Parts: sequence; structure tokens; C-alpha cells
Amino acid sequence: MNLTSFLQDKRLTVALRGEIDHHSAKEVLRVVGNKIDLYLPYTLVLDFREVTFMDSSGIAVVISAVRRMRELRGQVIVQNVPPQPGKVLAASGIERIVKVEEGSCTA
Amino acid sequence: MKYENYMTLEFPSKSANEAFARAAVACFAAQLDPNLEELNDIKTAVSEAVTNCIVHAYRDSIGEILIKCRILPENTLDIVVRDHGCGIEDIAQARTPMFSTGGEERSGMGFTIMESFMTSLNVTSRPGRGTTVHMKRKIVRRGSTD
Repeated sequence: MNLTSFLQDKRLTVALRGEIDHHSAKEVLRVVGNKIDLYLPYTLVLDFREVTFMDSSGIAVVISAVRRMRELRGQVIVQNVPPQPGKVLAASGIERIVKVEEGSCTA
Repeated sequence: MKYENYMTLEFPSKSANEAFARAAVACFAAQLDPNLEELNDIKTAVSEAVTNCIVHAYRDSIGEILIKCRILPENTLDIVVRDHGCGIEDIAQARTPMFSTGGEERSGMGFTIMESFMTSLNVTSRPGRGTTVHMKRKIVRRGSTD
């Protein structure tokens, strides 16, 4: 899987896309993890604009990214979350551990 | 119980079938004229139930997953997801938010999401025999002229 990403001033933005379920999450975890290891960012931005469906597997993706970024003493920002993924993220209380920007998390 | 329509799905516990299962249930639910949010709630809950079968019930094997959907009176969708896998020893523990035996790839939020996205959730299980997840979702009637 190829995920488009953008790096500026140690801020890495990764554009997630498509349906994130248990079937696809393992690959998303691997790709996001590899990008963190490669670029060692201070801030990781997970952009959900192109995510068309997400179940609790997507929560595990975010939590895993938060763990890796904590090891680097960095932070995770979640942005542009559409209503369906937003409702799943809100149900998990994820806003307690990551910053949610633009396109709110409360569906 | 009197039902107005029904369908049955049977498929092996391969993760590629997760998308198929939630899409099929959503197609069946369409006759209740749900809005997008209701449809997404149903898809999400079905995805969680099927994922549990794949990740937990048939952890090291491929087994059969059965989904039965019925349209009940009062615009209600009734969904049963059944497996013949390992079963759950402690259902209360399994339903606890953030509890998971699935490792880093799982968040432990599956049952919590099913519970909050559906009108009702009932889980029965017999260790070694399998698990049945029974969910209901009432769909709001809109724009009816009667």
C-alpha cells in the first residue's frame, strides 16, 4: 500500500485513505510505522479526509502511532475527519490522547 | 417473532470478507430507508462483530461465520452474527472498553462500539462451542405521508 505523505520542518503528514478495517489496518500500521522510522518527525499528522469507512481497527492505528511518537517525544494530530470515522474515534475517547483539528471528531 | 423480511449469509472467516459482510447487511438494511448515519452505524457494528469472529473465535483457523438479518415490525433491523469458534469465557470482561486479547492491532473497543451504535446488543457464548451476537437497530421513519 502506498500512502501519500508530506514532510515539512519535521512535521510529517500522512494521508490515510479508503476503508480502514481489520483486513487493511495491519498494512496501514506498517506503512505509517515505516514512515515515522524513516523521517523521525516531531509531529505526525494523520489526515482522514480520504477515509471512506473506519471501524475500531482505525483506533488501534492511531493508538499505535501515538505510542511510536511518544518514544520520539513527539505528538500526533488527527485532522479532516469525516463524520463516520469521527463517530468511531469519538466513541473511543481518542481526543484525550491526540489533538483533533479541522473537521471535528464529534459526529 | 413475526418478521417482515429476512436474509442469511454464510462465509469463511477470512478478513477479506469483512467489507463484503458489512456492505451486504447495509444493502439489506436499505429497504428501511435509513439515513447515511444510521447506515454507517450498522456497517460499523457489523464490521466489529465479524472482526471478532475472525480475530478471536477462529484465531488460528478458518471457520464459518453466519449472519442472519430480519426486518421486524416498527422499522427495526435485527442482526445475528454467529460463529462456532472458541467462545468467550468472560463476556463482561470482553465487553469492557479497552479490554482486548488481540494485541497491538486491536483497540478493545469492538463491543463498546456495537453497544453505542445499535439500539440493543446481546452476547451469548459457550466456551468451545461458539458465540452469538444479537443486535437490533431501530430506523427512524422519515417523510411518511400517513
